[in-house]
Amino acid sequence: MKLLSSWSMEKLKREKIYVIFLFLGLVLVAFVFITLGDMLYRQTEDFPALIDAATNLVVLKAIGISISMAMASTLIAFFFGVPLAYFLARKDFPGKSIIEGIVDIPLMIPHIVAGIALYGVFMRYGVIGAPLKRLGIVITDAYLGIVIAMLFMSLPYLIDTAREGFKEVDPRLENVARSLGASHWKTFKEITFPLAFPSILSGAILSWGRAISEFSAVLILAYHPISAPILIYEKFTSFGLAASRPISVLLISICLVIFILLRMLQKGRK
Amino acid sequence: MIEVRNLYKDWKEFSLKDINLEVKKGEYFVILGPTGAGKTLLLETIAGFYFPDRGEVWIEGQNVTNLPPERRRIGFIYQDYSLFPHFTVEENIEFGLKLRKSTSPDTNRKRLKEIMNWLGIAHLAHRYPATLSGGEQQKVAIARAIAIEPSILLLDEPLAALDLRTRDYLREELKRVKEELGITMVHVTHDQTEAMVLADRIAVMMKGQIMQVGTPYEIFNKPLNEKIADFVGVENILSGVVRNNENGVAEIEVDLGRNIFAVSDYHAGKVKLFIRPEDIILSESRGESSAKNVMKGRIEALDDIGPLTRVKMANSLVALITKQSRESLGLQKGEEVYATFKATSVHVVR
Repeated sequence: MKLLSSWSMEKLKREKIYVIFLFLGLVLVAFVFITLGDMLYRQTEDFPALIDAATNLVVLKAIGISISMAMASTLIAFFFGVPLAYFLARKDFPGKSIIEGIVDIPLMIPHIVAGIALYGVFMRYGVIGAPLKRLGIVITDAYLGIVIAMLFMSLPYLIDTAREGFKEVDPRLENVARSLGASHWKTFKEITFPLAFPSILSGAILSWGRAISEFSAVLILAYHPISAPILIYEKFTSFGLAASRPISVLLISICLVIFILLRMLQKGRK
Repeated sequence: MIEVRNLYKDWKEFSLKDINLEVKKGEYFVILGPTGAGKTLLLETIAGFYFPDRGEVWIEGQNVTNLPPERRRIGFIYQDYSLFPHFTVEENIEFGLKLRKSTSPDTNRKRLKEIMNWLGIAHLAHRYPATLSGGEQQKVAIARAIAIEPSILLLDEPLAALDLRTRDYLREELKRVKEELGITMVHVTHDQTEAMVLADRIAVMMKGQIMQVGTPYEIFNKPLNEKIADFVGVENILSGVVRNNENGVAEIEVDLGRNIFAVSDYHAGKVKLFIRPEDIILSESRGESSAKNVMKGRIEALDDIGPLTRVKMANSLVALITKQSRESLGLQKGEEVYATFKATSVHVVR
């Protein structure tokens, strides 16, 4: 026993920097864990309220809207973002950093500001809102509005992560594939995309999670149809913690399950 | 057959300047040059991974300058093998075969088996590249490249990342590819031994330009200028003035105290002399050698390089001798020896 402990002490001494860094890092891990853990734990003391929330149609609809609109937003980000990510990973051109900077702006600006900017553009008299209105398409206070607010706030996550993923695929693999007779499209489909897929999926998960959690921008562009974060906020300001917590617990539980499933899918592919 | 005509290309810190080359059908052609000479860029431009800024590339009599790589019928092999990591060995080799529309799946299957057997990698068929050794990976890369029966095979430092033994072994495999399959090979390397052993002809490339094209003998013994001579291991580079010429043997005054005799057509003027260190023979006495040139000198340093010993003399001459002759002569630092070399061993340029 003594031998073991002296050996461990030696080992600890050798790995001193890791030990110190671990303790520093654990502060943050504890911060996240305690916050969410406390909320979940307290809810178990009021289990009937959770059941109520889980069977309330308004709540279920709001959560359904959040999850499905976030999916839609992520699919749009995927469809337009993956090509852009590949382009940015492979090509150098003057002004590239400007494009990369524009893509990252949503990460920097306050969400409420983004919401106001989006409202200005997509409202009935806005630059894009007005012509769409003439076509009979309304953005504000509509499902589309939720998707657009979510898309704006979440697109950098997908594009940035996918771009890094594409960068990690050696261009020489593409060269070899082409020398073997594969067209550029075929090479992308068979070699580049599958190899970058784990990163793209990571980006999609991040983007999806960010979209679900979007509050401020959605609030301004599309308060209705009511999505989960807005419902939670409404309950909190009108009825307090006890009324808003069950919905919150329900939302994060569903999100965590989806998140874990996607992570497992990702691991499985690797 | 490959022809490169007046090719120019700038890419990142590399540039190719007015490259002209002609590689004959079935030839093993080596592009030899120091790191950063632009060798890989040239090879990749021949393959079509880059389009030239100016100039043309012809393969088998067809101008392919504007053809994408997938339509050039070339095989390409990189130093780091570049196997597809998400495919097994078999799937890697099959990749190109499956893209051919002209052959049936059965034929492809047969060809796959044939190639794996020919290279002795059949037992690796279901392994993933990450689990293979460097030598095995390179064999798979060769198999994948030749599977589609390319007319030319381009190799970018294919042996550089391998250990010595594997390198020797794979060098023989590459010879076998050329001899048994008759594929035209263009092999880029900075390694002189590799070039000497494999090449039918060598092009020396420096700073984006082709400096000299010739047989290994010509490149290593008759370099065109001092830079090439230095790069191909001619350690004795002397400056001199031709004083006399009798029947094609020039007498050249150099800084060694004695004149050097060399087979040359020059009758006068300043010249450079190149003597390979392995062409210099050392002896303790003057002896009765038929060699024209005998220089006495003190040994300044003796360095072992593998099976050879590099002897540096105070008069600046450098000789490369075997360990055996070093021992039988009992060479010691500070000792006086005679260095002899033939007039034909001295290459003279302006």
